[in-house]
Amino acid sequence: MYMFLRIVFIAVVLAVLGGGAFWMITRPAPMAAGTYEGLTGDPVQGETVFWAGGCAACHAAPGAEGEARLVLVGGMPFKTQFGTFHAPNISSDPKAGIGDWSVADLGNAMQAGVSPQGAHYYPVFPYTSYVHATPQDIADLHAFMATLPADPTPSVPHDVGFPFSVRASLGGWKLLFFTDDWAVTGDLDAQQLRGRYLVEALGHCAECHTPRNALGGAERSRWLAGGPNPSGQGSIPNITPGGLSWSEGDIAEYLKSGFTPEFDVAGGEMADVVKNTAHLSDEDRAAIASYLKIVPAIQ
Amino acid sequence: MKKLTLAAAALAALGIAGAAIGASHADPAVGAAIKARKATMQLYAFNLGQLGAMAKGDMEYNAAAAQAAADNLVAISGTNQMALWPEGSDNASVEGTRALPAIWEDMEGITKSAAALQTASADMAAVAGTDLASLQGAMGPLGGACGACHKAYRAAD
Repeated sequence: MYMFLRIVFIAVVLAVLGGGAFWMITRPAPMAAGTYEGLTGDPVQGETVFWAGGCAACHAAPGAEGEARLVLVGGMPFKTQFGTFHAPNISSDPKAGIGDWSVADLGNAMQAGVSPQGAHYYPVFPYTSYVHATPQDIADLHAFMATLPADPTPSVPHDVGFPFSVRASLGGWKLLFFTDDWAVTGDLDAQQLRGRYLVEALGHCAECHTPRNALGGAERSRWLAGGPNPSGQGSIPNITPGGLSWSEGDIAEYLKSGFTPEFDVAGGEMADVVKNTAHLSDEDRAAIASYLKIVPAIQ
Repeated sequence: MKKLTLAAAALAALGIAGAAIGASHADPAVGAAIKARKATMQLYAFNLGQLGAMAKGDMEYNAAAAQAAADNLVAISGTNQMALWPEGSDNASVEGTRALPAIWEDMEGITKSAAALQTASADMAAVAGTDLASLQGAMGPLGGACGACHKAYRAAD
């Protein structure tokens, strides 16, 4: 009997220690202290970050056009194999939106995937891309978003089943798939570096254009090589040089007006993306095009 | 005898192919309408291509050619297309089209989109002959007008 109790006791201690260790490793960790300290946001620069980051594509009300795209009330649904996520209200409303967030709150959300309350965000929010952004860009974006309208409509809750409904499990997901390494490295000139920043960080192009594994992690060996659309309908194109033969001028024009080289137009989700990239400078669109030409070609 | 069997097989194959074609455009009028609206889209694309090539710098800017292409867009977007979109010519009813049933369910939206295209075409025609920068500035809104309609009413590839 004594022996039995001893074994049970040891088992319980080990379980607690193991669980504790797992919790320690996977607990929601914000960015390093002081990352956003002393930064002053410039709302004019922030507008570029806003359009490059594509915030309105998901957080504007579905179907919003023109000025209405600046009301970041959320609501757009994202159907995935894990359930349906809904983009939240990130308008400047202090209650329903994020109007009371500090720069650090915004930075921790966008770059660590951690809420001001210390919970993990689902990676449908592309913090895996935004992690590459500079803290100054976060501060500028924060300043710009404060100038946008407030909307008191509450966020629509996610419709996600067990076990994905347990946010603590995202700590394990982050451990496996969340990296701040650039995908394309090597000798890049200034234009290619800017392009890499716009594509890999702010533009978060890889979130759709890089295929995902069964757990929803990016298959980085097939960077930007496309694949089936997670919505179950159609496919997402390969935009590496192995799949896209457009010239740099063609790519830049597509991101500006939405016209393909055949003068067909962007459809589907890309139509919304072009509404963002249309706001960028010609130099930034050319930078994106130059980066796409140096991505490893995948068939 | 062998020849006869072959002939019968060939006839049967023809029959199957014929039936398949028939099913895709069961109503010849529907098939004709789909063909005509694709041709219309081609006309848009060709004229947009003239403007776009200049905008991208692939073709030297020529005020007269730009004006002509823009005027064509105004003309094409001004044609009455009612007969091109008969009931039952959506992608759920027939093969060979990406036209979504939403086109017939949302007359108000379609009318608005068509008007937006006419406006964007007129805006292009107003500046295409001025200079290259003006032409480039009008490309975006034109693309937006085309894209809005294709996003809402055309099935993905």
